[in-house]
Amino acid sequence: MATVEVTFTPLPVHVRTARLVATAVARRSGVAESLLDEVRLAVGEACSRAVEAHQRYCPGQPIRVELTDDGEQFEVVVTDAVPDAEHGTPGTAGKGANGAALPAGPDGFGDDPGLADGEIPLRLPDGVGLAVIAGLADDVHVTAAGSGTSVTMSWKRRTA
Amino acid sequence: MDLKLAHSNKDGIEIVDVEGEIDVYTAPRLRELLIELVNKKNYQLVVNMEKVEFLDSTGLGVLVGGLKRVRAHDGSLDLVCTQERILKIFRITGLTKVFGIHESVDQAIAARKAEK
Repeated sequence: MATVEVTFTPLPVHVRTARLVATAVARRSGVAESLLDEVRLAVGEACSRAVEAHQRYCPGQPIRVELTDDGEQFEVVVTDAVPDAEHGTPGTAGKGANGAALPAGPDGFGDDPGLADGEIPLRLPDGVGLAVIAGLADDVHVTAAGSGTSVTMSWKRRTA
Repeated sequence: MDLKLAHSNKDGIEIVDVEGEIDVYTAPRLRELLIELVNKKNYQLVVNMEKVEFLDSTGLGVLVGGLKRVRAHDGSLDLVCTQERILKIFRITGLTKVFGIHESVDQAIAARKAEK
């Protein structure tokens, strides 16, 4: 059973709440202070990804965040109701967790057609958010969860 | 903390001062400001992020889009940032190679003028 569970409607403003809760629970669970910024950013990325997907496909359904401390590691699971294959920005829809790349294209912008027309996009390709999470958490898994997707992030407990 | 935005012109370069959190909720405001500045033909931009407390990939997307937009007019978008927790996301995504990142606004302006 999760230490704390949070369910929120898929609105951008609630991502901040989820970040605050995750940081507070991590601190209370004894996660090193030096890792709290990483937890905050990674949870924010996962929740932003879920919110964006829900707003396109199922704005009426909630997003669930489970935070668990088993004594050895602190784990956060963000579960949405959108299949992984449907995640992605409009220009990269369908690339899912493994399809989009970091902005390492000819000019450092990748191949996202959404960036090619001189407009300012709101988000980089979906894979960038997951890459950020992978760069922050000790372990990351993206798995199917019912009809949706779960992003599981964990940090081993260690002192500061 | 919410997002506070201000901008001013210094030596022909538009300085955008950002304070607070840039995330999926607030990034649209930064995006609108960058679009407004470019539409007013400000193609030399410096975004001062010294008072930014949080930045996620949504904020990165807006900055990358802004850079792309000013480059279309042979312009530039440099950043001022010395905070390790903010710089970390630029390193993870490889964007340190895309943006000019400076330690102060004066340094960013001097670097830009040296390139002219």
